Amino acid sequence: MTISIQIPTPLRGFTGDNGEVSVEGSTVGEALQGLIAKHSALAPHLYGDDGKLRSFVNVFLNDEDVRYMEKEDTPVKEGDSLSIIPSIAGGGGAR
Amino acid sequence: MSLRLSASDLAKIYEHGEASFPEECCGVMIGRSATQGAPATVEEILSAQNEREDENRHNRFLISPRALLDAQRAARDKGLEVLGYYHSHPDHPARPSDFDRDHAWPATSYLIVSIMSGRVADCRSWLLKSDRSAFDEESVEDLVGNRVAIESPVS
Repeated sequence: MTISIQIPTPLRGFTGDNGEVSVEGSTVGEALQGLIAKHSALAPHLYGDDGKLRSFVNVFLNDEDVRYMEKEDTPVKEGDSLSIIPSIAGGGGAR
Repeated sequence: MSLRLSASDLAKIYEHGEASFPEECCGVMIGRSATQGAPATVEEILSAQNEREDENRHNRFLISPRALLDAQRAARDKGLEVLGYYHSHPDHPARPSDFDRDHAWPATSYLIVSIMSGRVADCRSWLLKSDRSAFDEESVEDLVGNRVAIESPVS
């Protein structure tokens, strides 16, 4: 089934400036792998060397954070929308 | 490289930084990306809650993924982009720390406002180098391209 993945601005340089990519898959993990298959340069930004989704990458299925669902095993259905949301953190100095 | 924003949006950021002192404030800047001949221009400021725990908010900030999802959608609905994020450095220069660099994303403006003793002292914007080794500064300008100056800088 086809679902759309919303790409955040910082990662659009790896998707030919596309803000939305359509992929096939029946789970969140399959959809993300479909995204990587189309745009392989995204891989190191989404996955660590251990093959796991990086901690500072958040994935929402429609309105829900998949970490609070079945993570990458969360099933998806036709017309669902996945959003990749980068964690935004920082701060001044090491005081 | 430059980032343009209106005096009123800049004032909102300054007010947020001063009101949050001695803690860090944070928020999202949405607008139009740079195109040939036109610099990146902020159209709207979305203030966010600093989601870090109480004892660390004086030198750390975190924007929740939910707030970022909402900001991303708000931008898309208006035909705009998330251009970057702002945060304050209480009693600290408007320069990115190593901690900022560790958590930064490419192609994203990081506007930092220095708040010294509760008052705005400096405002600078930064872009992460592609090799993540450091940031490049971009000039902060008003909507007609004049570089923003702090009226009463604290030396």
